Amino acid sequence: MHIALLHLRVRVEERLLFEALESLGAAVEMIDLRSVVFDPATLGDWSRFDAVLDRSLSLTSSLNATRILEGLGLRCVNPSHTADVCGDKLRTTIALEQAGIPTPAVRVALDPESALRAVEQIGYPAVLKPIVGSWGRMVARVNDRDAAEAIIEHRDQLGSAQQHVYYVQEHINKPGRDIRVFVVGGRAIAAIVRTSAHWVTNTARGARASGLPVSDDIASLCTRSAAAVDADVCAIDLLECPRRGLLVNEVNHSMEFRNSIDTTGVNIPLHIAEHVLTIAREQHAAREPVQPVVRTAQGAIA
Amino acid sequence: MTSNTMTLSTECPECGGGVAFNRSPLAGEVVVCGGCSAELEVTSREPLRVELAPEVEEDWGE
Repeated sequence: MHIALLHLRVRVEERLLFEALESLGAAVEMIDLRSVVFDPATLGDWSRFDAVLDRSLSLTSSLNATRILEGLGLRCVNPSHTADVCGDKLRTTIALEQAGIPTPAVRVALDPESALRAVEQIGYPAVLKPIVGSWGRMVARVNDRDAAEAIIEHRDQLGSAQQHVYYVQEHINKPGRDIRVFVVGGRAIAAIVRTSAHWVTNTARGARASGLPVSDDIASLCTRSAAAVDADVCAIDLLECPRRGLLVNEVNHSMEFRNSIDTTGVNIPLHIAEHVLTIAREQHAAREPVQPVVRTAQGAIA
Repeated sequence: MTSNTMTLSTECPECGGGVAFNRSPLAGEVVVCGGCSAELEVTSREPLRVELAPEVEEDWGE
């Protein structure tokens, strides 16, 4: 099988995925998206690939590249519509709500004054997040009206158009940790808890990761969540709410996992590589021309 | 992807210190300079060359 691995930077994750795919016998080409000129009308050299594994760090690059390649008939992991939903916190919320999956309460406003009302509706403390962004960047816990006014004014005056979408989330009084679950091919393969003294429990912000057995409840909730966003591969962040139980906070479509292999004992990149190759084989088989069956005069099959 | 003749060390463009690899890096691979902690990207494998990695942008993430 011939796999294109799309990237901007090659982090530890991309290297591990490259090695895992090669170990399974795939021919892997690392495609730096900065170096590509796409022709949306012509499959051309892309025809050599059976599937595409998208690992671009940039959501914008990822979406544009996978949309073009899917338009040319290539199967991308994850598909562009999955990145589209997971890369936008509001779209994720909508998808989870539509699927009946428990998630923190959210209000959205498109104007600073409405944003303040949104915060007051949620109540203090509330969490203000940009709808696009990752690694806990620009996520703010707002404890009172003064803080809310300051953050909203800063976003209004200094932020990009995207920062003028005010996504306000209920603050969950979690027990100093959250849970991250890795779902590959509709199966929850591993989980970690991320523990921190800081309220943002993101390993990019210094949280410690340790392994957690995947319970039936967690597996069920997470496979439903992955299906809600149609993800081949994803990492689902869960919050333990004292009142409502497990809530799905985020679904990450291009997750990092370097700190979760030793802690869980699960070879996450190998699972992803196996799933990508399963998809690639299906695509390859679907593209193979079917040989016509020709019957001779004697009835034998030629 | 490996080459026995490849030079596995080069110079950090930020601090001038040595940047060594214990295996053949991939093009685009990001490493941190042990001397100055700058994030460096492998821009050429042969000859081995690294440049300062691009800054994180608003839409980067998981």
